[in-house]
Amino acid sequence: MRLEKIIQSLDAVVITKFMADSEEIDWACATDLMSEVLYYSRDSSVLITGLTKQQAIRTADIADIRVVVFTRGKEPDTSTVELANDKKVTLLITPYSMFTACGRLYEAGLRCCPE
Amino acid sequence: MGIKETIEGSFHIIGGDFSRAGEASTEIKTLLQSLGISKEIVRRAAIATFEAEMNIIIYTPAGILRYEITPERIRIIAEDMGPGIEDIELAMQEGYSTAPEWVRELGWGSGMGLPNMKKNSDEFRIDSVVGEGTTVEMIIYLDKSENKN
Repeated sequence: MRLEKIIQSLDAVVITKFMADSEEIDWACATDLMSEVLYYSRDSSVLITGLTKQQAIRTADIADIRVVVFTRGKEPDTSTVELANDKKVTLLITPYSMFTACGRLYEAGLRCCPE
Repeated sequence: MGIKETIEGSFHIIGGDFSRAGEASTEIKTLLQSLGISKEIVRRAAIATFEAEMNIIIYTPAGILRYEITPERIRIIAEDMGPGIEDIELAMQEGYSTAPEWVRELGWGSGMGLPNMKKNSDEFRIDSVVGEGTTVEMIIYLDKSENKN
């Protein structure tokens, strides 16, 4: 799935300078637990999380995840956005809860990372 | 750039320093990428190293993260001066954690760290002495034919 479709499905805004628009997203991983991201995610995944700390960006970068969605309209602090810009991770904010965000992405055709 | 001889180095990790948490693993990952190692192997090594680095930061006052890369394998050693692990078998169980609440609020301490290090390594060894510290050794082979399973 193209990033544009994810943005559209989530009514999301992009808050980083870098936008992985050519990125093809194959899977979704939704959690606030960073070890779960490292354990279950695949590359070419989108991470959906309520954890708006730098750790979410570090974890995404290590796991080759290039797109991170923050739920419930939560805005990260500047250092988190700066780190995402530095690591070329695209950050999105969606007004929806994690449950609704996952539901909308599922409906749009995205599936959970296979375990 | 290929690997012609052994490349080694180390990072001193300070416990509790979440602002820099992950920097050492990111540097090792960048190095592995620059050596032309396959994406999947780099990802496994980066994840295993990151979990080891986070364990030093979460549970110990300080530790050292060493790496050694040869044409055959990546070897990561995480050595800390922490409290040690009383029951290693229990600590290796998915979901078992002794992390304090503030660590969980930062997205860590879900009890997946050690299992994740093992999952991403071809060889995994852990040695711990209560009151002295813990040493984790992880080996990831570059040639898939040498992988476990």
